[in-house]
Amino acid sequence: MIYDQARWTRGASEKRDGNGDESEGESEEGGEGHGKGSVYEPLLAEKRSREVGVASSLPDDLTRDSLELPALAEPELARHYTRLSQTNYGVETGPFPLGSCTMKYNPAFTEDLAALPDAAIHPERSAASTQGTLELRYRLQEYLARIGGMDSVTLQPPAGAAGEFTGILIARAYHEHRGERRAEVVVPESAHGTNFASAALAGYEVVELPAGEDGRVDLDALDAAVGAETAALMLTNPNTLGLFERDIEAIADVVHDAGGLLYYDGANLNALLGRARPGDMGFDVMHYNVHKTFATPHGGGGPGAGPVGVVDDLAPFLPTPQVRAVEQDRREPDGGADGSGTEGSAGSTRYERFAPAHSIGKVHGYAGNWPVLVKAYAYIARLGDAGLRDASAKAVLNANYLASRIDYEIPYGPFHHEFVASAGDRDAADVARRMLDHGVHPPTTKWPEAVPEALMTEPTEVESRATLDQLAAAFDRVAAEDDAVLDAAPERTSAARIDQTDAARNPRLSWHALDE
Amino acid sequence: MSGNGRETTTHSHSSGGDRGRDGEHGSPFAPHTPDETAAMLDAIGVEAQEELFDIPEAVAFERSLGIEPRSEREIGREVRGMLGRNDELVEFLGRGHYDAYVPALVDHLADRSEFLSSYTQYQPEVTQGFLQALFEYQSMLVELTGLAVANCSMYDAATALGEAATLARRVRETSGHRVLVPELLHGGRRAVLENYIAGTDAAVETYRHDDGNADLAALESQLDDDAVLVYAENPTVRGTIEEELAEIGALAGEHDALFCLGSDPVALSILAEPASVGADVAVGEASSLGLGASGGMGLGLLATREEYLRQVPGRLVGAGTDAAGRRAYTLTLQTREQHIRRERATSNICTNQAWLALRAAIHAAWLGPEGLCALAERCVTRPRDLAERLNTIEGCAAPVHDRHHFREFLVRTDRPAADVAADLEARGFAIHAVDETLVQVCITEANAAHVDDLAAAFEVVA
Ligand SMILES: Cc1ncc(COP(=O)(O)O)c(C=O)c1O
Repeated sequence: MIYDQARWTRGASEKRDGNGDESEGESEEGGEGHGKGSVYEPLLAEKRSREVGVASSLPDDLTRDSLELPALAEPELARHYTRLSQTNYGVETGPFPLGSCTMKYNPAFTEDLAALPDAAIHPERSAASTQGTLELRYRLQEYLARIGGMDSVTLQPPAGAAGEFTGILIARAYHEHRGERRAEVVVPESAHGTNFASAALAGYEVVELPAGEDGRVDLDALDAAVGAETAALMLTNPNTLGLFERDIEAIADVVHDAGGLLYYDGANLNALLGRARPGDMGFDVMHYNVHKTFATPHGGGGPGAGPVGVVDDLAPFLPTPQVRAVEQDRREPDGGADGSGTEGSAGSTRYERFAPAHSIGKVHGYAGNWPVLVKAYAYIARLGDAGLRDASAKAVLNANYLASRIDYEIPYGPFHHEFVASAGDRDAADVARRMLDHGVHPPTTKWPEAVPEALMTEPTEVESRATLDQLAAAFDRVAAEDDAVLDAAPERTSAARIDQTDAARNPRLSWHALDE
Repeated sequence: MSGNGRETTTHSHSSGGDRGRDGEHGSPFAPHTPDETAAMLDAIGVEAQEELFDIPEAVAFERSLGIEPRSEREIGREVRGMLGRNDELVEFLGRGHYDAYVPALVDHLADRSEFLSSYTQYQPEVTQGFLQALFEYQSMLVELTGLAVANCSMYDAATALGEAATLARRVRETSGHRVLVPELLHGGRRAVLENYIAGTDAAVETYRHDDGNADLAALESQLDDDAVLVYAENPTVRGTIEEELAEIGALAGEHDALFCLGSDPVALSILAEPASVGADVAVGEASSLGLGASGGMGLGLLATREEYLRQVPGRLVGAGTDAAGRRAYTLTLQTREQHIRRERATSNICTNQAWLALRAAIHAAWLGPEGLCALAERCVTRPRDLAERLNTIEGCAAPVHDRHHFREFLVRTDRPAADVAADLEARGFAIHAVDETLVQVCITEANAAHVDDLAAAFEVVA
């Protein structure tokens, strides 16, 4: 497949001034928009902006003098943003196999539910007047606890990294409560950057754990790294190479014997839904990445949500507030009817907020990214047990199928929902850019470093055999192309290759800076 | 799963060959037909999907999670029913989270799936649209704050304040460990700040207020060279407008502490520019544009001076040039970030609130400069008028602070504040009970039409 992303260009000077008059008109290149200074789409401020004097009933010394902002009519704005959207690749545009990011289709109905007027409430309403919100939160806590094999869950962290920070603060509070001050958090070298940064933000020294030859945790290296100073080991399983840490029970023993806690980074949970649970593997605390595993939209970077689950021993340290059901309802505690579809069964239960006994306090000003949580609830309810199990089955099937179709070396296996191929003697970023011309989004590049020139590929369960074949064809065509073609890539996208070095050397971060 | 009008099959999910459209028969969002699944297994060279899992038996989960799959329609009914148990109250609530009238255009444009279902712009050549929208958002914040660098979002105002404190620790030449915040600070912001500096030897201390503004004399007596950050808000959590911001900035500067000012884009459109009162960092809740009441979800604003550029947390979009010589946008200065710098990154943030930044930018552009200033001016006049009105009611005194206000103000009640709030709730209104004798009322364009009713209810309950 060959791809042409919408491409319109025009000269930068083709803009209007504040009075709405056409200024210079066509660019030097005769309106074709080539060459320096031309743009794909002018900025809002280049289309029309206006400076207004601030007239306020406040005393002058409390106000600013003037404000200059874009001043466009609604139809102009509609075209502006529609045009911008046309130059943006999303999950509904085509396959999106970004490793570790779990780019699933975001079910349309979940958006409608999150947008219900009854969901649009202020976070400081009384518990009595927001029983519906509290019930949904409670039920989601329960679902997540079951899925992760955890005892209690907080929905407060607004993203995965915030979940990591929360989990490490909980670990720290737990140790301090026992009168221990531990200084280190152990993180495998192949872990995501946030693991290191979150541990550091919580005040820990990060001890990097080298991987074994098979790409998994090396028990001898672990023994050497873990000790009396170890507050926690942070692990994702399957790890970032897609490999299940087969020695997970032994790993848990090493960490627990040293008095440390085992933290689960939930970024890769999509591989295990309903098949294995971090709690059963010996993990004490984990985050869920709902914008990955539970199909809430990534929104061009966010918002997501990063709920944290803990075992009973850690529950007193959870952020405040938590939600609990007060009158015991008639649901069976485990595995039975979950009371979901039937409105009547929930009627007798009240929900309340409470502060856990030794709470770490707060990691978000309020209660996290609530609308995202509504979407996650709806997604989990839609799939249920069988759907969740099937999601992981198809995610793993798709990764294995795609891997079997491409001519790239994949040094580590058996992998699950993602694999890491090597671009060999080519620059993985060049391969990725050229894949764009073949109508697909490329994989994550250059991470994890265990694979040289890594192409970390996670198709997720939403791809069909046909789109996987399309992806495989894109991989292989690029492999067959000349270096010169790769160097010039991409050529069919809305913008050509961007000079990153220059952008960083000469930072221009606002339209104010463009004239400088 | 009957009655949803969709095809179902009797294959079990574990057979590896199902095409259920409901969760009961497999994920409704996996497109595989049984034949395709079989062919794919064949191509891989295994018999069943289960063979692809390398999970040791000892940790395999073989029980049920007890989550019943439901159809789209059933879940719609269930969630509507559940959220319908929220009482329908007219909210006069604020204190950092505001309801706003969000024009329909914002939803319709931001909901385009090319925006909503896209990832962070690591491949800029196919994400120019979002990058440009974020660049425009950053630019609007630069205009509003007067500071040269604005990032493209933090989680919320509270975490932005936490990040500002860690930034202050990094950029300050001498060491120092005291972070001074107003006594009038939202509890959530304070608690988050405490956690963001928990990994350092820094400590949060409060300075007093004097009738809803910073008590400058108290602040001055607390300042020494050990102070690394002085934080103030405009408007404050009680809605009062600070009258001596430049003096606070000057005091901070004398002690080589950074001055951080908390605000929001609506307030900033008419109130003093942070840069003009000496702020080194501006933080706040940018979700006052583009987002109505949403259970506390936020959009953290963070802007700072150019000299601190390399210490900024979070993502930055920059303008550059592509191979065709045209202006193009890209994430830039990424060596500050966790995926490159790991434990030495300026922050741990990765997923942020980008889509809300897009929404805020569309809303600001829709309002235009006149519209935004007019909206802000109504945030000044409406609370003034309502306070005057409530002040005539027996048992109420408002505003409590003899200051100008923005959006919200305090009322002193003769009856216990909690009782007044509870009685108002019974009549369909939500307000804040701040302490034993103080309630707080916030008025925005979302509730302005109900002001007469609120005043009438106050007459009865106060
Ligand atoms: C393995 C892993 N851990 C943690 C994270 C951080 O999650 P978030 O981006 O939600 O903060 C990511 C996501 O990018 C990840 O891939």
